[in-house]
Amino acid sequence: MKARVTVTLKNGVLDPQGKAIEGALKSLGVEGIGNVRQGKVFDIELETQDQDQAEAALKAACEKLLANTVIENYRVEIA
Amino acid sequence: MKSAVIVFPGSNREGDVARALAQAGSKVEKVWHAETELPSGTDLVVLPGGFSYGDYLRCGAIAGRATVMDAVRAHAARGGLVLGICNGFQILCESGLLPGILMRNANLKFICHRQFLRVERTDTAFTRAYDKGQAIDVCVAHGEGNYTADAETLNRLEGEGLVAFRYSDERGQVTTNANRNGSMNSIAGIYSETLNVLGMMPHPENLIEDLIGGTDGRGLFDSLVSSVARAA
Repeated sequence: MKARVTVTLKNGVLDPQGKAIEGALKSLGVEGIGNVRQGKVFDIELETQDQDQAEAALKAACEKLLANTVIENYRVEIA
Repeated sequence: MKSAVIVFPGSNREGDVARALAQAGSKVEKVWHAETELPSGTDLVVLPGGFSYGDYLRCGAIAGRATVMDAVRAHAARGGLVLGICNGFQILCESGLLPGILMRNANLKFICHRQFLRVERTDTAFTRAYDKGQAIDVCVAHGEGNYTADAETLNRLEGEGLVAFRYSDERGQVTTNANRNGSMNSIAGIYSETLNVLGMMPHPENLIEDLIGGTDGRGLFDSLVSSVARAA
């Protein structure tokens, strides 16, 4: 079983890296770019084949380490 | 007075802080992050500066969950003193011992310079050797020192007087110019609710010798040693 965890900054949290990337894209002349926010993606292989167990493990992984819920949201997709 | 300086892979200021503690009169033992217990009789735990785990994931995130941190949390819960400097402050926030988080500096630059701090209160174990409102001359060196917390947390910190230091000018005036990393309310350091845990971005351990530019950092280590002596 495989999963993808996406961690993004919560709305309203200042993202200076995203802003810098947005500025760089604009200075490169890439047309039509609006706001840019940077996040992280984790591709995780799971040992279990059980959907509920997988969801529980991934939730624990996000809450305990992958995301800092003070400033970040996370989304889990199981393939 | 017995201090335990925790060493993580990537810590690099443990020697400097150990020297500052020894100068103030503390015994110092370095403790590896994989230990499950602190040396018996530890009065103060120090999480030193550096780049634990290469700042992977988020600064302090992996160190904040290291084995030894359970012992540090238990020490803090017993009322034991804990000091986190720079990466140590980031680790304290990630471990849940202090609220909020240190984000990338607002100007995206690693900043490294002399910095004045205003001492907000002098009735704690960390600051009794200073005067209230005194501007102390120390150093900063960090890329992620932009203190951020939600409005509720910030109100609580301010309402309960838990801000330890603010970035200021040499007269102790808290100005926008003095706040080079963009921290909310110019916060350079905060206490836990019970005032026994302090996290701060600047490095007091850098300024303990006239030979290298100043001694304003000594007050913090002297305060700790005298506080422990008074409590004994």
